[in-house]
Amino acid sequence: MTTAKPTPSRRGAQRLVILIPYLWLLAFFLVPFLIVLKISLSQTAIAQPPYTPVLDPAAGWAALKDFFAELSFANYLSLAADTLYLSSYLKSVQVAAFSTMILLVIGYSLAYGMARAPRRLQPLLVTLVVLPFWTSFLIRVYAWINILQRDGLLNQALLALRLIDEPPVWLATDTAIYIGIVYSYLPFMVLPIYAALEKLDESLLEAAADLGCPPWKTFWLVTLPLSLPGVFAGALLCFIPIVGEFVIPDLLGGSETLMIGQTLWTEFFSNRDWPIASAVAVVLLIMLVVPIVLYQQFEARQIERGR
Amino acid sequence: MSNTKRDFAPWADPAARPLVRFDQVSKRFGATTAVDRLSLDIYEREFFALLGPSGCGKTTLLRMLAGFETPSEGRILLNGDDIASVPPYRRPVNMMFQAYALFPHLTVEGNVAFGLRQDGIARREIDARVNEMLALVRLEGFEERMPDQLSGGQRQRVALARALVKRPKVLLLDEPLAALDRKLREGTRFELMHLQERLGLTFVIVTHDREEAMVLAHRVAVMDHGRIAQVATPAEIYEQPRSRFIAEFIGDVNLLEGALAAVEPERVTIESVVGRLIAADAGEAEVGAKVWLAVRPEKVRLSRERPQAADNCIGGQVSDIGYLGDVSIYHVRLRTGVMMKATAANLTRMVERRIGWNDQVFLSWPREAGMVLSQ
Repeated sequence: MTTAKPTPSRRGAQRLVILIPYLWLLAFFLVPFLIVLKISLSQTAIAQPPYTPVLDPAAGWAALKDFFAELSFANYLSLAADTLYLSSYLKSVQVAAFSTMILLVIGYSLAYGMARAPRRLQPLLVTLVVLPFWTSFLIRVYAWINILQRDGLLNQALLALRLIDEPPVWLATDTAIYIGIVYSYLPFMVLPIYAALEKLDESLLEAAADLGCPPWKTFWLVTLPLSLPGVFAGALLCFIPIVGEFVIPDLLGGSETLMIGQTLWTEFFSNRDWPIASAVAVVLLIMLVVPIVLYQQFEARQIERGR
Repeated sequence: MSNTKRDFAPWADPAARPLVRFDQVSKRFGATTAVDRLSLDIYEREFFALLGPSGCGKTTLLRMLAGFETPSEGRILLNGDDIASVPPYRRPVNMMFQAYALFPHLTVEGNVAFGLRQDGIARREIDARVNEMLALVRLEGFEERMPDQLSGGQRQRVALARALVKRPKVLLLDEPLAALDRKLREGTRFELMHLQERLGLTFVIVTHDREEAMVLAHRVAVMDHGRIAQVATPAEIYEQPRSRFIAEFIGDVNLLEGALAAVEPERVTIESVVGRLIAADAGEAEVGAKVWLAVRPEKVRLSRERPQAADNCIGGQVSDIGYLGDVSIYHVRLRTGVMMKATAANLTRMVERRIGWNDQVFLSWPREAGMVLSQ
């Protein structure tokens, strides 16, 4: 008996282990996506479900052919035709890009401070960053409504400090959206950057100083390049969900321009136009997959360089 | 060669000005004192070793010279100027780090050129000096490699090239060979020595490996508990250690405790635990003082018959033999119960050992072989 060769049943078990994540993706990502894709190619109907055609595998070949003949890209064309959708997408990308930049600046500074703090304090600091997660996200956003009200905490504080004479309007503005987003997503930016900075070998900074780098230049030439993977991970972790963000703009933002999440919600629940809503979702997904693929290529290059 | 180990001795010249001077330097971390009121001179073109067990303060001393630590007290002078207020990035001193600290995101070329780029040197000169340095450490053709595509020995040479390319006044080496395997380490020692002679730079090396310190350095400072126990040439340290700590730290030694009985010219008598012993020189010890006679095992002769006219001769029984190939170490139990070590070179191929386990033997050594230590 040789022990090197796995027995058939063991090999089967190994395959199963590899299969599980694929099965998971198939059941909970690919199949739902195909359903949404199919609905996006359908037409609205006053029926249950509210679209046609409906796939009925029992109806036979001819019915199946008719089914495919009825699918069309009409919804995508109307997405392109109506500037409402385009401006929603642009608004979302703009909000996501701008808040990711703000998050980068604040998040990097925070993560840098944490990584430079005394070793024994660092677990506490990480806990503090994660602490807001212990409260429901929705409650925290509602709390911001309270803070940003006309006679809310923020205005009271500003008045008390005599920084303003007239309380400005915060709620239902883009500023409120940015405040809410930056507040909510900060941990997702801080943690990956902190993880990258915390791994950074202190002797590299000494080596740079030894070779003639003043501290600011060491940061630029050594610390920043070596923390880039964390920066990219944090930026993606923030940018992608912010593009599709619904709760924060809905609760804190105004009604003039909608983010794509709000548009999607309106189409789906108010207008009950499932096909258009699905088309909006598919376009959003494609928009978001592109940066992920770009990031993965960047990462692959990094690994390639490191080899 | 003008700068051979033989005729290079600026420390013996009272007119010579030291390149580096530690003047009553102390360094405390909280309650612990890493370096304790230490004074030391290092001369230009010297290869200087700081040797000691871990925690003796040798690395702290090196890091103070590099500028990563500031002395709690005392002054560090470079060319006569106090460098306390000069930050590391303005010191004409470069360091080769223990784990090399190569920049993982830069190529070999990028690593070696890093220091020159900070000085705003013209690109053409940078290229020339980097190529010259890579040739010196035999790394031509590796310019575009990343550090983790290199072997340990290659990384070590990149680190050396990176530290040398700026032509520092002093090159600091923090355990430069510790990460290499034994064979590579021995070869690299001689390379490092030749490199230092060829470039004519001042090298200060920190090591816990006494062989490394003795092979490489003109002078060795043995450190213990933040102080310097002795600074001398390798031969002096080995043959004339100032204390039991040094004698034991630098190589194997037999220490025989006793009292100094009489001091005559060329004849010092010690009443020891193993009987009356004779040495040539009492050192700083005075008659009646408690002393130790230190005898290196290779200076002890081992014989079956009692030798004629030996200054010191003690009988005993072989209890252990360690065969190392080139030499054998004999552990001999004396009649008083004291163990002594003697090494004998295996000059001929032995099929049968001349002296075996449990044999009755005589240990003898001339009076010049013993060193009288009072501390």
